[in-house]
Amino acid sequence: MKKLLSSIALLAIAMNPFISTQASTPAEDTEALRAYFQKTLGAKLDLNELVNGTYALNEDARSQWEEIEEFPPYEIDIDKGEEIYTKAFKNGKSFASCFGDDVSSIRGKYPYHDEEKDTVVTLEGDINKCLTDNGEKPFKWKRGKIAEVSAYIAYQGRGGKIDVQPKTEKALAWYNKGKNFFYAKRGQLNFSCADCHVYNANRKVRVEPLSPALGHPSHFPVYRSKWGGLGTLHRRYGGCNKNIRAKPFKAQSDQYRALEYFQAVMSNGMELNGPGARK
Amino acid sequence: MRKTFRLMSVVISTLTLFGTISVVTVNAGDDSAIKEGKKIALDRKKGNCLACHMIVGEEQPGNIGPPLIAMKSRYADKDALKAQISDPRTKNPNSSMPPFGTHGILSDEELDKITEYIHSL
Ligand code: HEC
Ligand code: HEC
Repeated sequence: MKKLLSSIALLAIAMNPFISTQASTPAEDTEALRAYFQKTLGAKLDLNELVNGTYALNEDARSQWEEIEEFPPYEIDIDKGEEIYTKAFKNGKSFASCFGDDVSSIRGKYPYHDEEKDTVVTLEGDINKCLTDNGEKPFKWKRGKIAEVSAYIAYQGRGGKIDVQPKTEKALAWYNKGKNFFYAKRGQLNFSCADCHVYNANRKVRVEPLSPALGHPSHFPVYRSKWGGLGTLHRRYGGCNKNIRAKPFKAQSDQYRALEYFQAVMSNGMELNGPGARK
Repeated sequence: MRKTFRLMSVVISTLTLFGTISVVTVNAGDDSAIKEGKKIALDRKKGNCLACHMIVGEEQPGNIGPPLIAMKSRYADKDALKAQISDPRTKNPNSSMPPFGTHGILSDEELDKITEYIHSL
């Protein structure tokens, strides 16, 4: 039975228009996905706007959101993040000793593939690495201080462009792992990320309009009214996995780092505009 | 590719076989079954059909699936309707609709009741 089930899963992947049995390059995948959205969203597809998720497509929601952005709920978090960022560690150094003096150049470097360690490195991963390298305790992964520091760095890096290019075999393997995760059905409700954020983007689940996947990583961490605070991209991934009754993976797990890497590649050329505000 | 399709239809018909063997516990057109079916269909933790389908008279429907109207004209046969709800992958392998029966989201009895309700729309 197990074998039967896994061959069904493989067949489902084979049926998927975006996962062909022949390997395609990241550039081809990006083009195919954009062509798909061009067809389904038509004139509404404006990559400069899609970084604002569903607000790019939905007038009513957009005006509410613009009001929220007039007094950004994440402003205080940016300030807290700056304070943590500049405060000296016990050894006298600070985050600048890991990230360099130009804060505005940090956000755009992530995520990237580390060829030597063969892993995908995220901004949050390096924030905690900086702490432990300096004998400090790491932050919790999904909210709180890590999100505040990430928000400060994102804010300073606003206006940069997403530019994530898997060039080596090993980097491509991470990319493909993320891609497969994105298109694979999972959970009791049997949804893939693509079910909601590609095939049904701009449609509604009940009253909730679904954002297209393009631009997903541009504006994280995000202040969500539902959370009453900031959360990282991986916190959001976990929430979307729970909603479909799938067991969420851990923040910064290989699965979610690969997913972030894939989503970033799909969003190449789009503007970094974090932190964002969402419902 | 042809071969993939043939293999798939074998797999699917095997599934359908398992999926549709069921004991009929609900009498046709039973009013109380329709009522209970409606409750299960609208319950967010059960069918939550409104997440994706418009149903006349119900508030805040999503629009991922087609409106559930004039069902008898499309499903003369209740078993076919039940099979669609139980596992929509039989008709569309990449369906965005959850396989309510195969994945154990609803029990067989609940599926029968929902089928009565949907068929009445
Ligand atoms: C059953 C539907 C569903 C599935 C499946 C789903 N999501 Fe979501 N997702 C939502 C809804 C609803 C929202 C909130 C509205 C929005 O922004 O799209 C959301 C929001 C998001 C956001 C935030 C968007 C923003 O603009 O800030 C990200 C990122 C995201 N999802 C990624 C994923 C990924 C990756 C997967 C698969 C692991 C996934 N989602 C699976 C329904 C879903
Ligand atoms: C997350 C989305 C989603 C949910 C939840 C959902 N459906 Fe669907 N449904 C679809 C889609 C999409 C289709 C179109 C056919 C396909 O792609 O499988 C569909 C098709 C159908 C059809 C066939 C319609 C026709 O015209 O032939 C029926 C009947 C149906 N759904 C009943 C239900 C019932 C009953 C429930 C709740 C128990 C339900 N659906 C829940 C998405 C959904």
